[in-house]
Amino acid sequence: MGYQLPRKTADTLFCRLREHYEIFAPKLFAGDGCFSDTDVIRYDKVSSLDEIEFDRRSDYSFKEALFAVNETLFYFTENETTIPSCTDKKLLIFLKSCDLHALKRLDAIYLENGPEDFYYKRLREKACFVLMDCGETCDTGFCAGMGTNRSDNYDLYLKCGEETVWIDCPSEELLSDLKEAGLNEAGETACAVTPNYVTQNKETVTLPKKLSVESFDNPLWEAYGSRCIGCGRCNFVCPTCTCFTMQDIHYRDNENVGERRRVWASCQVDGYTDIAGGGSFRQKQSDRLRFKVMHKIYDFEKRFGYPMCVGCGRCDAVCPEYISYANLVNQLAEEDAK
Amino acid sequence: MMKNEYIPFPSQVKKIIRHTDIEYTFRMEFTGEVKPGQFFEVSIPRYGEAPISVSGIGPDTIDLTIRKVGKVTNQIFENFEGNHLLIRGPYGNGFDIENYKNKELFIIAGGTGLSPVKGIVDYFSSHPGEAADTTLIAGFKSPDDILFKQDFEQWEKNIRVIKTVDSAPDGYQGQTGMVTKYIPDLPVKNPDNAVFIIVGPPAMMKFTVIEVQKRGIPEQNIWISYERKMCCGLGKCGHCKMDSTYICLDGPVFNYKEGKNLID
Ligand SMILES: Cc1cc2nc3c(=O)[nH]c(=O)nc-3n(C[C@H](O)[C@H](O)[C@H](O)COP(=O)(O)OP(=O)(O)OC[C@H]3O[C@@H](n4cnc5c(N)ncnc54)[C@H](O)[C@@H]3O)c2cc1C
Ligand code: SF4
Ligand code: SF4
Ligand code: FES
Repeated sequence: MGYQLPRKTADTLFCRLREHYEIFAPKLFAGDGCFSDTDVIRYDKVSSLDEIEFDRRSDYSFKEALFAVNETLFYFTENETTIPSCTDKKLLIFLKSCDLHALKRLDAIYLENGPEDFYYKRLREKACFVLMDCGETCDTGFCAGMGTNRSDNYDLYLKCGEETVWIDCPSEELLSDLKEAGLNEAGETACAVTPNYVTQNKETVTLPKKLSVESFDNPLWEAYGSRCIGCGRCNFVCPTCTCFTMQDIHYRDNENVGERRRVWASCQVDGYTDIAGGGSFRQKQSDRLRFKVMHKIYDFEKRFGYPMCVGCGRCDAVCPEYISYANLVNQLAEEDAK
Repeated sequence: MMKNEYIPFPSQVKKIIRHTDIEYTFRMEFTGEVKPGQFFEVSIPRYGEAPISVSGIGPDTIDLTIRKVGKVTNQIFENFEGNHLLIRGPYGNGFDIENYKNKELFIIAGGTGLSPVKGIVDYFSSHPGEAADTTLIAGFKSPDDILFKQDFEQWEKNIRVIKTVDSAPDGYQGQTGMVTKYIPDLPVKNPDNAVFIIVGPPAMMKFTVIEVQKRGIPEQNIWISYERKMCCGLGKCGHCKMDSTYICLDGPVFNYKEGKNLID
């Protein structure tokens, strides 16, 4: 059950919603892409529906709305630490189905693996998720095979047409905020609103079923990994990568005052495993590629019961060496038969 | 208010024991449950954090034996005069003393690997009747690198101790050679009732396990502790993961049956 409302009404509604919400959504930045003369779509705060890129998949995922690239954990002076304050608004995050499935993976690491993460949780508790559906498949995604093409756990589904906006709002809390912002149930046209989803992608990926400790020696890692330059882009665009490194900084004008931050980390980049005295593990890029891929389709599942990868396909789109994770996974699956 | 695990708390330095120029034990104020083999993140704002094992447990103190090797640890050595350090923890599973009671216990440690097992050595040295028999083999690079000299004097009274150095100047009175040299002659009565704890640098652990297995010791009677890069200690940063295992949460102590399958 949902509503159909004039686009103008919806615009005003969202404008008013900003009183209580910070709205994060994918936005097109022209000319800012990784490859020359390309655009980039990434998340940012938006103030109107017009700014949102509804159709194309974003190059970077929504995760930075909950887990910033670079996040201050605390400020320190000589004798005290202060925790940065958190927005007092709620968050409204627009995303596609694959990313909504990725949220479950982020929750697994930040809320279930060991103690709850203070910084993630305080934003997560405030967050509502708005599903943007996919009329047609993106270029490199393979959500259908991963079962992440459909989602019904959204707080709000919103489809934006030129003149009309359709919404379905299962979340009571968000619905009441929408009403407060001017959604007039009596005035809008009630109608059945259900999200579209793709049932076929350009890319089809089959997960291997027989991975095991023996798979660590598969020659495929070297075949694909020898081309990797260890730039880490695949991790940074991944909606399910959660790794970070601690970083302390101090201010130039007062040595004793500074902050501790956490910064996104990549298991493909040098230094990820370095320990004091010069020790390090996985020096070869092929070992790092194996570590990443096994995390996505094998060991996370051993721990949590479902694969980490959601099939968004961003890693394949961003790789400067044109290394195809999808092909690699398919080749691993073909070996199942042997 | 939800607990924020990332914020370290101040802990007073009660005592400093200087073992070598670059290895000191800091006796820190701490009350709460701690097990040998668990670790704390020691924090120096501006420089960072370092995971450090608990090397001794008192009624209201813990010992941290720190080797000065880099950014954070250098700073710890320079700054402790301020009389407190910032710490958070304890983290990790630690050793469970119950696993070793009534067994023939053999502890083999290389260098600073002695820190995480020292709590166990202390325990069975002061309760010798609780294990069928206790032996410690501790290896150091040279006589100058020997840690816990005063503790050794105490241990030597209560348990069998082999304290060996890889190499020593002429005229050195003590034992020499790698720890592995002493394994063939260990007085193991019943391999099924013997337990081995092996902690040290990766190569030392590897060769020691091989030697120990030659004595017919079943895998499940061997315990090891892994050291990996750690940024959080909380199962979040990912750096310590081996296969599906987070060393900071599920380890660092593993039964060898499980630990041997962990691949970096
Ligand atoms: C579970 C565990 C227990 C440990 N117990 C002890 C102990 O009892 N005594 C002791 O002296 N040392 C111990 N270490 C090693 C100690 O943590 C490192 O020597 C220390 O982190 C070095 O930091 P640094 O800044 O001085 O050196 P740098 O080389 O300048 O370190 C740079 C960065 O690398 C990281 N790092 C370096 N080495 C390690 C490492 N081995 N593990 C995790 N992160 C690392 C640190 O986070 C640091 O920010 C332990 C390590 C682990 C994982
Ligand atoms: S280990 Fe690598 S693949 Fe796994 S979450 Fe971290 S960066 Fe991503
Ligand atoms: S696989 Fe591609 S994107 Fe990922 S680190 Fe290697 S070169 Fe970079
Ligand atoms: S130390 Fe961060 S996950 Fe283990």
